[in-house]
Amino acid sequence: MIDLDALLECVTTTSCLVTQTTSGLIVGMLLFLVAAGLTLIFGVLKIVNFAHGTFYMLGAYLAYTVFAITGSYILSVLAGGLGMAFFGIVFERFLIRRVYGANVLMQLLICYATVLICDDLVKIIWGPDFYAMGMPPEFQVPPLFIAGGVVPPFYLVLISVALVIGGGLAMVLGLTKIGKIIRAAAHNPDMVSALGINTTLLYSLVFAVGGMLAGIAGGLAAPVRSLTPGMGFSILIESFIVTVIGGMGSIGGALIAAVMLGLIRSFGTIGFPLFTEGLMYIAMIIILVLKPSGLFGKEIV
Amino acid sequence: MREKTATHLGRRTVLAASAGALAMPFVARAQANPLKIGIQSIFSGPIALLGASSKGAIQPEIDRINATGGLLGRQIQPIYRDSKGQPQEAARVARELVNTDGCEILLNAEASSGAYAVQEVVRDLGVLCIHTTAEASSLTADPKLRAPTAFRSARQGVHDAIVGGSYSAKVAVAKKLTKWATCSPDYSFGRDTTAQFGEFLKHFAPDIEITSQSWPKMGQPDFTEVVTKILQAKPQALYSAMFAGDLSAFINQGNAYALFSAMQVFVPAMGDLPVLTTIKNMPAGIHSAARYLPTFPDTPVNAAWYEANRKFNNNDYPTNWSWECSTAARFMEAAVKKAGSTNGKAAAAALEGLTIDSPFSTTGKITMRAEDHTMIGYAIGWGTTVPKEPFVTGIEPGDWGQITELETEWKKKNGYI
Repeated sequence: MIDLDALLECVTTTSCLVTQTTSGLIVGMLLFLVAAGLTLIFGVLKIVNFAHGTFYMLGAYLAYTVFAITGSYILSVLAGGLGMAFFGIVFERFLIRRVYGANVLMQLLICYATVLICDDLVKIIWGPDFYAMGMPPEFQVPPLFIAGGVVPPFYLVLISVALVIGGGLAMVLGLTKIGKIIRAAAHNPDMVSALGINTTLLYSLVFAVGGMLAGIAGGLAAPVRSLTPGMGFSILIESFIVTVIGGMGSIGGALIAAVMLGLIRSFGTIGFPLFTEGLMYIAMIIILVLKPSGLFGKEIV
Repeated sequence: MREKTATHLGRRTVLAASAGALAMPFVARAQANPLKIGIQSIFSGPIALLGASSKGAIQPEIDRINATGGLLGRQIQPIYRDSKGQPQEAARVARELVNTDGCEILLNAEASSGAYAVQEVVRDLGVLCIHTTAEASSLTADPKLRAPTAFRSARQGVHDAIVGGSYSAKVAVAKKLTKWATCSPDYSFGRDTTAQFGEFLKHFAPDIEITSQSWPKMGQPDFTEVVTKILQAKPQALYSAMFAGDLSAFINQGNAYALFSAMQVFVPAMGDLPVLTTIKNMPAGIHSAARYLPTFPDTPVNAAWYEANRKFNNNDYPTNWSWECSTAARFMEAAVKKAGSTNGKAAAAALEGLTIDSPFSTTGKITMRAEDHTMIGYAIGWGTTVPKEPFVTGIEPGDWGQITELETEWKKKNGYI
């Protein structure tokens, strides 16, 4: 169950260190993209979007279809992101908006119903079988060897893209006017509304951005992951762990927590092969005991 | 005009009409008293393919039987139910199919976890039940679990382990592969299958050492950390019991790290058409069991069944579950005909030791073994993958003499005999 010798050997060997660190980063960065949308929606709307995994699933299926038609990976990722931005608006406008301020149970029911309906729709449209997009031809290249470690070029691209998107999101939220409005709405929506800002539009925008991030993550991951109806569920669970560890509503916290979870997975599988999943939950428990609001969450007085 | 019509009503026409009229009550009775058969499986969620391909194999068999007059003169009316892959739901559905819907026979296309639950219901109700897709060996091998009227028309895990162990050991000895790693899903199927494979691999090649084991969760989104862990362990060979979507993701992620050129890889579930046709950049030279292939056995009847099944299912590929379900329906048909009854006890007695003609056997025959209610004689073998059709080549068929001998030893060792 515990193989500390193997873990020690790994962290003291450059090749293992490089391979496992990049492996942790890729898992973490894709998780971050999904969790960032989840935490953004919660931060502004105080809605726990249990249907967020569905955005990821639909983004992946959409990207798969566009790739099958066009053969362009870039177009497929864009389609996944834009398609889910649109779906996010529709979801907010016609479903979630009706339960703002309602009982959490009601929100949960709406989200769960959406998950079930979308899973069945995927089965009807694409079938119950699983799909694999396959590696785009431009990335069908041998892995790089950096300091003895193995690093696939495709994964370097994924990490870079996720970092750029995360950085861009942080910049928009921190430096632009719309970002300031979103942050203000998260803090005091009534005041923002009283200032004449159209919060209805703002909420739709937040759902669009959240959906887009999940859709992009689904599209980016499609070449190396399998597409199945219900695939959003497992990523949703991990995204919640990330959101809780990072602090509900904190984008920076989500980034740190997602990378942390990725590294726990990559090194945990060597040192604690039978307890890797458990390690993630232990990390969550420790952080919540020490800081109940998460790493970057705001304390509630 | 009227006169002409009257003259056409000749003696033969009148006789034929009379015969038809006399037969009407029987036809009406057959239609009024259909033979209801309960078919339960997983029709929703990530493993919905199990239900879809099971139905896609059983329904054509029922259509064939109905088109030729039905079973014991009664038209079969299938009732399909979704257990959602939950054992407690599987048990509830089985009971409901018999007690509420009036099903006289159950074809149980559940995964192993659901099959154990259904078996207990069948023990209680006494109806004929054929498990069509559950591969866990103890379901029928363990006399404490076996039920008098329950049978299995699926592969049995231990059969695959014996043939896989024998084949892999031969490759290991030839290529001097002594350092092995395993990577299988972390639940009973993955652990049992891996343990049995390791047991028989070492039986045939005692020098082999398993130096690294990984147990990823079923359905986890990413296996990258497992791929890199295997690379770090630097084994000469890898065994994996992963299957379906998880296997496809593992192959794609392993490809990114050139995993498959770094070691010999043995994956029993690779040789299934949905996997082989879905993976876009499939590496060559992966050793795999032939789960279902139209080329194994390479016979006209197997090829014809393959074509007919694809046609019925809108050109979708049949799975390993498809041939198992098709076989279950054929066993059911033969047993009920032999018994002349759908009564559980009588049909079970007829099914014990019954041999049927089958496209899915290298000898053309499959037998339902009497002593443990499981199927033997089906096509079982291993070969290596190629990226294009026929996808798996050089298939070496398993020796049923050797399988039976080692299975008996395995049963003794586990206290089943």
